[in-house]
Amino acid sequence: MQKLKDFAHGALVPVLLLLLWEAGSRLGLFSEVLLPSPTAVAIKWWAYLLPGQPQEAGQSYLAWLFSGELPHDAYSSLFRVITGFLIGAGLALPFGLLMGASPRIYDLFNPLMQILRPIPPIAYIPLAILWFGLGNPPSFFLIAIGAFFPVLMNTIAGVRQVDGIFLRAARNLGASQWTMFTRVILPAATPYILAGVRIGIGTAFIVVIVSEMIAVNDGLGFRILEAREFMWSDKIIAGMITIGLLGLAIDTGVSRLNNHLLRWHRGLEH
Amino acid sequence: MAQILINNVHKVFKTPGKDVVALQDINLEIKAGQFVCLLGPSGCGKSTLLNAVAGFALPSSGVITVDGKPITAPGPERGMVFQEYALFPWMTVAQNIAFGLEIQKKDPAEIDLTVNQLLELLHLTDFRDRFPKDLSGGMRQRVAIARVLALDSPIMLMDEPFGALDALTRRNLQDELLRIWNKLGKTIIFVTHSIEESIYLADRIVVMTYRPGTVKRDQPVTMPRPRDPSSAEFNELKRELGRLVMEEQQRHANDEMKLAAVD
Repeated sequence: MQKLKDFAHGALVPVLLLLLWEAGSRLGLFSEVLLPSPTAVAIKWWAYLLPGQPQEAGQSYLAWLFSGELPHDAYSSLFRVITGFLIGAGLALPFGLLMGASPRIYDLFNPLMQILRPIPPIAYIPLAILWFGLGNPPSFFLIAIGAFFPVLMNTIAGVRQVDGIFLRAARNLGASQWTMFTRVILPAATPYILAGVRIGIGTAFIVVIVSEMIAVNDGLGFRILEAREFMWSDKIIAGMITIGLLGLAIDTGVSRLNNHLLRWHRGLEH
Repeated sequence: MAQILINNVHKVFKTPGKDVVALQDINLEIKAGQFVCLLGPSGCGKSTLLNAVAGFALPSSGVITVDGKPITAPGPERGMVFQEYALFPWMTVAQNIAFGLEIQKKDPAEIDLTVNQLLELLHLTDFRDRFPKDLSGGMRQRVAIARVLALDSPIMLMDEPFGALDALTRRNLQDELLRIWNKLGKTIIFVTHSIEESIYLADRIVVMTYRPGTVKRDQPVTMPRPRDPSSAEFNELKRELGRLVMEEQQRHANDEMKLAAVD
């Protein structure tokens, strides 16, 4: 009952806004071409979601059900985000651990990182196309860069803030360098690292949409840009809402993972 | 023969401006199984001495040997219990206790057995799968003691372990510690600034002076246990040690006033 109440409370503002929008459209306040009504968007979204072709012989029902344009685009975008993120974070994590743990390595690489970090991933687009041509590789590259720095910076900070008392306790128990790293420093830095992961995924999600506007011919970013050329603003908005839902789903997933991995952490309710 | 030999130990902390002599001419012989309290005000070097025995911060000169071997690094044969507990918050109670044994690559079945015995010994069985954040201070310190006991080290070093606990929990843990010490016969070096705590626990109380840290009084305590803190004998010793400690505390306070005046 309480849950239902909370939900109703949270839904109040969005629903009110939708009603106003719908009413405005029906009264002819907005141009139908520039801002279609929410019902028009919903109808378009549904059509975009449904399979475009009739079920082929031999095709499984499930494959057919997800053969529509929207599921295909969402899958393509998600695939790029995950691949790019895994590359970026996969490089940032060990590198950040090293830089955080060793002042020598930190001093060696920090100036370079400080110069590269402020360059927005978007600024790499021309280079990405020159280096990787068209298709998925430039997107992977751009997304990896977007995810790399947040994860790197947070991993370094996480390692550096590890309380010396844990290191002393572990040394007293006879821990080797390797054990110290894997069983003490890494878990102690996890709250910071996960915060970096969350920011990194957020950045990856921004970058994927932009990168799809330049070098590929599917994905949500491509689709909304394509829709603009035909003045399909209902499709643009449907695509944007899908991006929002996908982002929400990813963030919820990461947040769940966060709560599970940090169930030992103070101040976390689960 | 003495198990721990502290021979002519000096420790100097170099700070900009002046060097602080934390320990000067410390000579102590500690027999196996002895319960020794290091007593003194803040800044008397009692924790510095303990850290030197633990191997965290070696003396500037002089040697400390255990069974004839000089100490050069921290090690599991000298398990340490910290005032801040220093439990690993990402490990459950059982995992914290098992960690030292896993480092030694003991057989998992054997680790399980030891952990269960220690959980039982310290009345922690119901808490085995809890994380430290869910435990009270007293419970956390029990886990920290169990973690060190798991190492089965002959020597246990304790740095004001009960300093952050309320009086009742503190007395409760003091009794537990005496019970365990009786049962397992460890050598314990216990740092405290509580005169009563030192008399309640120790075979021997080493009172230290404020900067430079030296031994002011090496006081054996022969009262039979359990000791009654309201008895005449207990209080006589408490008055005597109180006088010694307060002299040093006064020097500490004067020093602080002087520093404040310079600022």
